[in-house]
Amino acid sequence: MASNTEALKTADGISLKVSLQRSLRRKKRNALLLVAPLFLFILVTFLFPIFDMLIRGVDNKITQEILPTTVVALAKWDPASGQLPDEDIFKAFTVDGQVAAKAKTISRLGKRLNYEKSGFSSLFRKTGRQLKKFDPEKMTTSYKENLISIDKKWGKVETGSLIHRESGRYTKSYYLTAFDLTQNSEGNIEWKDADSSIYIDLFKRTLWLSCLITFLTILFGYPIAYLLATLKAKTSNLLMILVLLPFWTSLLVRTSAWIALLQKEGVINDTLVAIGIIGDESRLSMIHNSTGTLIAMTHILLPFMILPLFSVMKTINPSYVRAARSMGATGFTAFRRVYFPNTIAGIGAGGILVFILSIGFYITPALVGGVDGTMISNFIAYHISTSLNWGLAAALGAILLSLVLVLYILYDKLVGIDNMKLG
Amino acid sequence: MALPLHATTGERVWHYTFLTICVLIFAFLIIPILVILPLSFNAQPYFSFTPEMLSFDPEGYSTRWYEAFFNDSNWQKAVKNSLIIAVFSTIISVSLGTLAALGLSQKEFPFKTTIMGILISPMVVPLIISAAGMFFFYARVNLLGTHIGVILAHAALATPFVVIVVTATLTGFDHSLTRAAANLGSSPSNTFFKITVPLITPGVISGALFAFITSFDEVVVVLFLGSVHQRTIPWAMFSGIREEISPTILAVATLLITFSIILLFTVELLRRRGERLRGITPH
Repeated sequence: MASNTEALKTADGISLKVSLQRSLRRKKRNALLLVAPLFLFILVTFLFPIFDMLIRGVDNKITQEILPTTVVALAKWDPASGQLPDEDIFKAFTVDGQVAAKAKTISRLGKRLNYEKSGFSSLFRKTGRQLKKFDPEKMTTSYKENLISIDKKWGKVETGSLIHRESGRYTKSYYLTAFDLTQNSEGNIEWKDADSSIYIDLFKRTLWLSCLITFLTILFGYPIAYLLATLKAKTSNLLMILVLLPFWTSLLVRTSAWIALLQKEGVINDTLVAIGIIGDESRLSMIHNSTGTLIAMTHILLPFMILPLFSVMKTINPSYVRAARSMGATGFTAFRRVYFPNTIAGIGAGGILVFILSIGFYITPALVGGVDGTMISNFIAYHISTSLNWGLAAALGAILLSLVLVLYILYDKLVGIDNMKLG
Repeated sequence: MALPLHATTGERVWHYTFLTICVLIFAFLIIPILVILPLSFNAQPYFSFTPEMLSFDPEGYSTRWYEAFFNDSNWQKAVKNSLIIAVFSTIISVSLGTLAALGLSQKEFPFKTTIMGILISPMVVPLIISAAGMFFFYARVNLLGTHIGVILAHAALATPFVVIVVTATLTGFDHSLTRAAANLGSSPSNTFFKITVPLITPGVISGALFAFITSFDEVVVVLFLGSVHQRTIPWAMFSGIREEISPTILAVATLLITFSIILLFTVELLRRRGERLRGITPH
């Protein structure tokens, strides 16, 4: 047998096995070369920027940059001792602070530490102003007393211990804030008091609204998908336009349509008043609150539920239900025991898709959500463009992203990203 | 779906209840879009129907918001920006996406799922996170507030759609056609241009339409990366809704709806043509 396989050779005299392997390798290489440009493009313009942004959620090099010698000196101090840091640490801070005050960077650190404890921003600004004028030659007291005379807060252990805690290259403080946690002066992690905790409620609200939207899209999408899947092709193609037209219409067009319908002086309220169901003074407020977000987003995401459900229902052989009926099942039992179990994959696929899309929604909640209809995305945007607390934005973003990725993996297991279809 | 002759009363009642429910849901889907059309012809600056409109008094209707749109240089600039950005990002995403789809559809492709996952990621990552990441990155490479920056960002967001649509076209691709061509003495490049290209063209075009609409409709990334000079239609609508609510927005919306109807029919025609070319009968 062995001599037979050896005998198989191509025209060039190379063994067939080697030649086939070579051609397979060439094919693989060509395929990779075709994908490479896009892969690199996505890597550079998309994945790297996101990774780079997420790093900001733990990055804390600002303290080391602005107070280089203080950070080294502080490492020897134990805040738990309850004693104020030594004179040389105050001296290091004075030197660093003078450099930073002249470079106008000291207030940046004040702003950074202000995220941990309010009051630090003004403390650093005040200290910076004083240190700029400060001349060590003319100093009559110690460095310690000099700083305390600028602001009494320098005489407190907590002030030092906060800088000590936030002097590392990385910090967990943004993530703690994102979960409404805080570190007390002993360094123990504890919950924030109820009135200053925002984010747990925000996550709860985002998840709750997304669940509700997903549920509503299933509730509304299921009958429509069923109707479209069981009608004659001609009628169903025609009705499909009613699903596809909203799908293809701009998000902002649909959002502004809902504003026109839902607002106080809008079409729905006007109609209800005209019919006499509600009085002119008791117009319903359906917008700039969570109701507005809920209605508009259900409308916007409904096609994303109908389309996958429809494609699953299309594959269900109608003779299954007929068989169940012929064996004596009532219409309801046949649906419950035969048809419905076959559509669960479609509900799962559509449900995860709608859920993923809704927890990351930004535009619609921003326009119709008011205060109690806003979601995580809106807070991320706020921290990036308004409060400029980029570390916290990154931490919130990372939490949102990990939620989405878990769901994405689930979707991949259930449907397979290769099978994703559009339109 | 038709009701059988032997249906019981209960079944009949349920059947008509079900149809009513479906009609109501269809109404929910389509009415918000239809309601915009007459409202955009409102003679008054309101977002609701005036008594004149309801009594079909011609006085109640006007094209003033359309005139406002066509005479406003800001809106015209927004249209121009939207078109420039959408066309260039479509060109980039279609060329990169089609090449990648051709590679991914080879049977021998290694680590297919992982690479596909990475290539599709711009579609999955919430827009606000993409926008934030790109904001810091483009600030670093000095592309904030430039057309190039927005075009590259939109191209990245649109490629997944091209990859998915073209890969789907290639899945139904009959490889015996290229083998037959090779068998008849055609060179690989000749086979590619004479056999593969005509067959995948409908897929590529509908991928291009998806890419175009992704960019044309995108607002979050443009808000973060662009300056006033990159103001697109969705951006103008977004700030219009936030600041001074004027029915001009509804006129723009009507024009956009017309545009999406055209797109919808083009995609549908292409899909049918593609199926016919590949010998798959539509069902």
